[in-house]
Amino acid sequence: MSDVTANAPFDAQGWLRRQSRWSPLEVVFWLALLLPFFFFPTYLTLASQIAIAALFAISVDLILGYAGIVTLGHAMFFGLGAYAAGLISVYGWGEPLSGLLLAAAFAGLVGFVVSFMIVRVQHLALIMITLGLGLLTYELANSMSWLTGGTDGLRGIRTWPIFNYFRFDLWGYTAYSYSLAALFVCFLVSRRIVNSSFGLALRGVRENVRRMPAIGSDYRGHLQKIYTISAAIAGLAGALMAQTTNVVALDALSFQRSADVVVMLILGGTGRLYGAIVGAAIFLIARDQLSGVNPQYWYFWIGLLLMVVVLVMPKGILGGLSALASRWSGR
Amino acid sequence: MSEPIVLRTDALRKRFGSLEVARDVSLSLPRGCRHALIGPNGAGKTTLINLITGQLKPDSGTISLEGEDITATPAATRVRRGLTRTFQINTLFPDLTPLEAVTLAVCERQRTAGQFWRGLFAHEEAIDESFAILTQLGLGDVATRTTRTLPYGQQRLLEIALALATRPRVLLLDEPAAGVPKDESAVLFDVISALPQDISVLFIEHDMDIVFRFATRIVVLVAGGVLLEADPETVRTDPRVREVYLGGAGHA
Repeated sequence: MSDVTANAPFDAQGWLRRQSRWSPLEVVFWLALLLPFFFFPTYLTLASQIAIAALFAISVDLILGYAGIVTLGHAMFFGLGAYAAGLISVYGWGEPLSGLLLAAAFAGLVGFVVSFMIVRVQHLALIMITLGLGLLTYELANSMSWLTGGTDGLRGIRTWPIFNYFRFDLWGYTAYSYSLAALFVCFLVSRRIVNSSFGLALRGVRENVRRMPAIGSDYRGHLQKIYTISAAIAGLAGALMAQTTNVVALDALSFQRSADVVVMLILGGTGRLYGAIVGAAIFLIARDQLSGVNPQYWYFWIGLLLMVVVLVMPKGILGGLSALASRWSGR
Repeated sequence: MSEPIVLRTDALRKRFGSLEVARDVSLSLPRGCRHALIGPNGAGKTTLINLITGQLKPDSGTISLEGEDITATPAATRVRRGLTRTFQINTLFPDLTPLEAVTLAVCERQRTAGQFWRGLFAHEEAIDESFAILTQLGLGDVATRTTRTLPYGQQRLLEIALALATRPRVLLLDEPAAGVPKDESAVLFDVISALPQDISVLFIEHDMDIVFRFATRIVVLVAGGVLLEADPETVRTDPRVREVYLGGAGHA
């Protein structure tokens, strides 16, 4: 926190503007995400998965990290987006960008309908409602195997080249470029949202929901809005997965996925967007490396890592780093 | 006494089980009033504020603001119509800075808080107004510090700043100086007495010196009912008040 200089009239607008300004560190961060193209060309498929998981984690950060809505069922929207994009392709329309947007719109629509229920419950009931909705959707997809392929997964997805030019290649160059571009665009949108007056209102809800009506806020409307946006982004992440892998399995909707994304977010740090990206990268790289060593028990290490992070750095890895940095510069 | 009545409650009743916390409470606040609400602990003072501002629903009775019945109006809507409260126990946004918190309240009043496509810094008027409120309350120097790190007395001022950002016509202050040392509470009440003259203020306060100094009229609440509503001099000399409040309970 910068201090107010004595005597000079304080520039409140300028201070708030500085809070949302791009830092050089952020530019470096995004440039670093291009490194896999040059140094790890054999890992581009993994990198693409990371970008998709990061986007999914950002969608959860918007509601959990900013608005304080805890969810254990967000895979519902990821899966709905994945199946929507997959089905659009199976039924003959394989154009990726329009498929992506349609899938996001569909997930957002479902999110809007569900949001009427979500904003009426809190705490444990909220977690149970999101969990229940996730399980319902999973079993619904399971039983509607005529549409979804059930346990066999949805097959026959053909994704056309992007802009009718960039084919999806075996190495994953196109897949990672596509996922990274989608991640970046959605990140820009999310960044604008959290730095708006609306983002401030969400933090207000998270910080003290009792005060919100006392400052005249119809905060339920805010929560419904962010829940809908979050569902759309989660759906977009699911659609990316469907389009880059050409298959949708039931596990897109699984409880495991809902839980994993929360773990990623808590590892990286909630309420700071970048935490979602860092958490997804750590989680998936750890899974990739550890499952090579010990395919059955790799969750042991994730569990251990999660406990250590939560105990040592309650605000996640990025939260811990930024606390260290500010202590350093505070001297 | 010719000022028009801004807020009126008529025979408000509320019971929690067998406990009557509001018994036929009828009050009226004229424009620009400085009324104090006193009474022993458990008399139902905070409950009355909760009823008036909509945190609790009365079992019967009506509340009207500037002639309009607001008994069934949601709490947030009452605030937007100009009926605002503060809290006895700090009800702030611990991780926000005062500048952010008050700007949020201003944006909510202007109905611009839902705009997710515009950067916060673009709400220039709201930010300037917010900073002006903070400066007026002596919080200008700490406007960009995190709320949780502020000294308690400044947090009490921020309670009032948040309420002022809603541009209230009626302001209900629930023990604004609760927990503040006596020398600092004078500062708080200086702020309160400097509020615009057209705001109607009802405040709960235990310190009788402050009550007699700032209130033009006093409502004495005992066991959920109004024992007496009168000017300070009458209240000071009323034997019933002395008995239930000044004498027995030993608050003064």
